[in-house]
Amino acid sequence: MKRLFVLVATMLLVSTAFAIDQGKRFDDPEMQARYEKLISEVRCLQCQNQSIKDSNVTLAADLRREIARMIEEGQTDEEIAEFLVVRYGEFALYSPRKTGKTLILWVVPFLLVLFGGYALMRVVKHRMSLPIGDDTDR
Amino acid sequence: MNRFVWPLIAVMALLVFLVMGLRHGDPRALPSPFIGKPAPEFELPTLRNPEVTIGTNKMAGDYALVNVWATWCVMCRAEHPFLLELAARKAIPIYGINWRDSRLAAMRWLDDLGNPYLASAYDEDGRVGIDWGVYGAPETFLLDPEGIVIYKHLGPLDAAIWQREFVSRMSGGGQAE
Amino acid sequence: MIPEIGHFALILALALAICQTVFPLVGAHRGDAAMMAVGRSAVIGQFLFVSVAFACLTYAFLTSDFSVLYVANHSQLALPKLYKVSAVWGAHEGSLLLWILLQAAWALAVARFSTGVPEAFSARVIGVLGFLSVGFLLFALLTSNPFERLMPAPGDGGDLNPLLQDPGLAIHPPLLYVGYVGFSVAFAFAIAAMISGNLDQKWAKWTRPWTTVAWMFLTLGIALGSWWAYYELGWGGWWFWDAVENASFMPWLIGTALIHSLAVTEKRGLFKSWTLLLAITAFSLSLLGTFLVRSGIIVSVHAFATDPTRGFFILTFLAVVVIGALMLYAWRAPSLDSDVGFGLLSRETFLLLNNVLLVVATALVLIGTLAPLVVEMMTGGKISIGPPWFNVAFLVPMLPLIILLGMGMHTAWRTQKADAWWRVLRIPAIVAIVLGVVIPLLIYGRVSILLVVGCGAAAWIVITSLILPIRSLRREKGTAGITRSALGMSIAHLGMGLFVIGVTVVSAFGVESDQALQPGESIEVAGFEFHMVSLSNVRGPNFSAIEAEIEIRDDGKLIDTIHPQKRQYLVQKSWMTEAGIRAGLDKDLFVALGDQLGQNAWSVRIQYKPLIRFIWLGALVMALGGLIAISDRRYRGSSRETEATA
Repeated sequence: MKRLFVLVATMLLVSTAFAIDQGKRFDDPEMQARYEKLISEVRCLQCQNQSIKDSNVTLAADLRREIARMIEEGQTDEEIAEFLVVRYGEFALYSPRKTGKTLILWVVPFLLVLFGGYALMRVVKHRMSLPIGDDTDR
Repeated sequence: MNRFVWPLIAVMALLVFLVMGLRHGDPRALPSPFIGKPAPEFELPTLRNPEVTIGTNKMAGDYALVNVWATWCVMCRAEHPFLLELAARKAIPIYGINWRDSRLAAMRWLDDLGNPYLASAYDEDGRVGIDWGVYGAPETFLLDPEGIVIYKHLGPLDAAIWQREFVSRMSGGGQAE
Repeated sequence: MIPEIGHFALILALALAICQTVFPLVGAHRGDAAMMAVGRSAVIGQFLFVSVAFACLTYAFLTSDFSVLYVANHSQLALPKLYKVSAVWGAHEGSLLLWILLQAAWALAVARFSTGVPEAFSARVIGVLGFLSVGFLLFALLTSNPFERLMPAPGDGGDLNPLLQDPGLAIHPPLLYVGYVGFSVAFAFAIAAMISGNLDQKWAKWTRPWTTVAWMFLTLGIALGSWWAYYELGWGGWWFWDAVENASFMPWLIGTALIHSLAVTEKRGLFKSWTLLLAITAFSLSLLGTFLVRSGIIVSVHAFATDPTRGFFILTFLAVVVIGALMLYAWRAPSLDSDVGFGLLSRETFLLLNNVLLVVATALVLIGTLAPLVVEMMTGGKISIGPPWFNVAFLVPMLPLIILLGMGMHTAWRTQKADAWWRVLRIPAIVAIVLGVVIPLLIYGRVSILLVVGCGAAAWIVITSLILPIRSLRREKGTAGITRSALGMSIAHLGMGLFVIGVTVVSAFGVESDQALQPGESIEVAGFEFHMVSLSNVRGPNFSAIEAEIEIRDDGKLIDTIHPQKRQYLVQKSWMTEAGIRAGLDKDLFVALGDQLGQNAWSVRIQYKPLIRFIWLGALVMALGGLIAISDRRYRGSSRETEATA
């Protein structure tokens, strides 16, 4: 037990890969849900391509703490997103916001499917006009 | 033009784009959103003496470097000798933000290796770091006499970078080589 | 000494690869059988020398020869032997050597197994494969030599990235690369056809098994990577739309489209130029993927060492290969048109739909992967495209595809009479809709749009996939059973259904809970009790760790004890989370240690993951379907066989 204590104490002193999180969990399920959603949508900038929900590093823990604080203070999701964007740029958000330039990204999937469907229609129409043949064609 | 040439054209466009992407630089480098804007205000206890504070209000009037550092940061140690050199030459006032570190360890580090900072702010919980958009150490910000952020450099500073990125942006104030 | 032998072997391999390229291609052009035969010998020789090089690198790892820079960077004395071997392909230079080895292996397989194919054609295929080998060998020798020395040799190495120290890693890259590289065979077949100007249904028949095998391995490789990321990395996530993942997924999507397009070309001689284009695209995406991962252009959890010089080399090679192929395409494709037709309701239409939707999906993944770069270069701002966008975007073409899948299988070639068609599909459709509502209600007590659609679609695929196999089992004697090809198709589609079940259920019904826990405390999640018995520190061969012992109880009865760990690897000082998992086909219970909250308390992430194993089981079944399909009689080619069906 003593060895564990020493090990833990040493790690606390030496390693800042551990963040000491206190009270980031909310009793209110709605706030907790907002918290979970927000931290899964914020990029961990110290890492390569992870959200701060999934990352262990100091900065991720700090950002989680700040977000929890802002939720508690009553700030809206948009205000929290703005907080991050002011400091770190749009890159901090994992998902492009549905505004302005980035709106087009959300529309692209539907555009592509429509375009594909149109191309397909033309091909099928063309083929429907050709002799269908029978099993002996090669 | 027959329609079978389209894939070729599309691919060539993609290739051109990829070449441009290659020359573009480190994809992880985040440009600071504060460039051209006033440095985020803060006031923190200094490292040595918690009773005394240091903040953006004390940095105005001259060009200044704000260097984010920590004892757990290997690259900070690598750039330290150059910072000492800058300080010795009085090339520019250097302020430190000791980021997410242990006060004791930080003071000892400066005692052992030398202290290039006029003062170091002790950012224990990283709040100021977040306000400045810091996401790694070392990071160095160049402020103009009005307190506007002119440039931010990620990673260790050396003579070449100092000359190319910092001196070139300072007109009048700060000493060139 | 050994590293130098390896280096020299690579140089010899390059020389042989050049022979393998020049002789068969020139020989085929001139009709010179002797020259073409040189190609086959060159293939064997190249493979041998590359194997020697690979063996030398492996030897250097096993003997911890830190005078080799690559070994010093990615190994250490205390590294367990299994990982010393897997470290060979754990970083850029070594994985490139693995690619080269597999490229040579595939060429060898083609030389060995294409007896049913005319000599000139297979010579051209081998020549093209040789050209690809030349490119990769040059890349290795000029920019990424795995045998570079480090003098003076350090006493110990920098250790393999702890993320990679895992049995899953040992198999994932080789499996994946077999598929990745395997698409070069379909590519070579396409080039050979375009050079000779000859592309017919026989060509499709030859190309199909090679494509299917590559596709199978890619399926397995991607699934393994996903499974590995689940238990090793991702806090219970199984797909992150990370750039490197996307790089392997895009060839898979196009490869799937290619298999289906080949079916049409083989059966009816249609879509020849389209099939060609797909064959070119699949391998081009493999090359593009390798570029993205090794050039530093993209941010990713598992991008290799970033180096723009290497990036330029690959990009140049990619440009040469793809532009060359597409120029051939622009030249040959116009003359390939055929003038047979098909009706609106026909298998051809459905396969076209399949292709369109898969291509759209691929385009979306490509856009999502590259868009941040585009935006940054055009506006200087950085945006981020992550799972939230990808998950929605991908579903847009995929959901229709899933539904169409069930229909296409039972649609006849040329034209299908609508009433007969509906007669087959009517009951499955009704059953699927009913199950879509009933299953979530019954088993999990809840219902939502997403759930109904997901479960319904999954049920739809499973049922429609089983129609043909069940029918053939119930047939009276005197009728032919189901062909292996059709059985393989059914099984592969069934696998897809299992996959959809897994994804839907785990996304909709999975539960995740972050809680603080101390030894002696218990927490309830999803009806199970998780009791932390103790926290202790343990040592591994190259790490030290905090280990929690957690008992899981269901209704008071102890069902398992698991040991999640938080490891610190001693050399790189990085921290790793080893999850404790109680696995089962019906559900996983997943526990990971989070942050230290105090002296003896930790935050623990507990997850309940119902049917998550169906995701990987589905992939396995898909691959099995592919295997069954290629064992079909018509692919066991001898020249006699080929003539009989000609």
